[in-house]
Amino acid sequence: MTAGDFTRDFRERRENELRGSRSEIVTGPVSDWATDFSHLEPEWAADPYPIQDDLRERCPIAHTGRFGGAWLPTRYDDVAAVAYDTERFSSRAIILSNLRPPRELAPVGGSPPISSDPPFHHDARKVLLPAFTKAAVTRQEPATRALCNSLIDAFEGQEVVDAARDYAQHIPVRVIAGMLGFPPADGPRFREFVADLLEGVNLPPDERIERVSRLFDYLLAQVNDHLGNPREDLTTYLLNTELHGRKLDPSHVVGTMALLLIAGIDTTWSAIGACLWHLARNPGDLSRLVADPGLLPTAIEEFLRAYAPVTMARLVKQDMHWHGVDMKADDWILLSFPAANRDPAQFDRAGEVVIDREFNRHAAFGLGIHRCVGSHLARMELRVALETWLDRIPAFTLADPSAVRWSAGQIRGPRTLPLRIG
Amino acid sequence: MRVQINSQLCQGHGRCYDLVPSLFGEDSEGYGTVLDDGVVPPGSEPDARRAALNCPEHAIQLLGEA
Repeated sequence: MTAGDFTRDFRERRENELRGSRSEIVTGPVSDWATDFSHLEPEWAADPYPIQDDLRERCPIAHTGRFGGAWLPTRYDDVAAVAYDTERFSSRAIILSNLRPPRELAPVGGSPPISSDPPFHHDARKVLLPAFTKAAVTRQEPATRALCNSLIDAFEGQEVVDAARDYAQHIPVRVIAGMLGFPPADGPRFREFVADLLEGVNLPPDERIERVSRLFDYLLAQVNDHLGNPREDLTTYLLNTELHGRKLDPSHVVGTMALLLIAGIDTTWSAIGACLWHLARNPGDLSRLVADPGLLPTAIEEFLRAYAPVTMARLVKQDMHWHGVDMKADDWILLSFPAANRDPAQFDRAGEVVIDREFNRHAAFGLGIHRCVGSHLARMELRVALETWLDRIPAFTLADPSAVRWSAGQIRGPRTLPLRIG
Repeated sequence: MRVQINSQLCQGHGRCYDLVPSLFGEDSEGYGTVLDDGVVPPGSEPDARRAALNCPEHAIQLLGEA
């Protein structure tokens, strides 16, 4: 396929995705979290856990009329039930917004395989799995470690650094850009794309579409570059992959590239930042990990449980009575793995961070067929980022607790995190 | 004791082969596999239990547990 054919085919299919149903944009303070929740309000961004704990006790499936109607299960069992039930809950949109994509978009969705339903999902996922096994991502480890060291080298002479902006965010950006074969210098643009997609949820739909188009224009330019100059990376791999005897549709290729770029960045950045935030506030945990780095992988699982960065979304397929509530077709489900991970019915001392927790069946990477494809990559980046930091900067504290800012929306992590390191 | 992975349940989280690489491995797509027919050497029973109790999908079965 030539670059021109590819672009034309992609744009035709993309037009279809934009014919969705739109809902009224509602913002402003939440009146009652059980009946009017919004994960985009500052109170949720600052500290969602007391809200989730309260809902889990008194509700436990909250509702909101915002976003055209959405539900928020807060118990582990309910979150797991949604994740496992791909018959009644569709993944054709996984970022809750005021624009629902048309039902005909299923089972492929805009960014396979995360947006795909069975049976298509299985094949689209199979395409990606070999590139993201533990063995495959281990090959990225030396470069990741070198990057972490170079970021810390740049702190030379500074007493206070922003660990979110100057450390955490660079790591996943550089790793995924390398795997996709994009220019490393484009990192700042990726962060704009991420903000557009994940944080621009309550923008007017036309503006949101316009911003998302910028991402797709960028990806099409990368496709054209790779069609003319194939090389050993994921982009060339996707362009050459065959499914059911023919090459992947251009919309599939570009949608998957978008997924890998967006999902790989915000999430890991958030997780690294949340770990450093916790350690800056808990000197006992910090000194224990500095003294015993072998405990770090266990501690990381606990940080993933307690500060799970990712919440997914689903769409209800048909009207139904489900676990005590009346859901309507096309209602959103906010699938809160963070809330599930703090359910006392599932975890002892659920509200505490126990860095040597021995048994930890947390759901930070999801449950069921949509288990995060990048989980092995994320764990490697997280471990290397923390190993390097603790080795180089074994003592640090929050420089100004009131200056810490957390992202709102479905991916939660510190976006401003000033740490005193000198 | 023997360990088994229910491949209908395994989603490739990899907790088993992260935690206990002496008993579990990963296949070419990241799904868990049991090594040596799943036979747990004497003394490794706690490791087998640790793998099972960290699997988010409840995919690991312990057979012949006293």
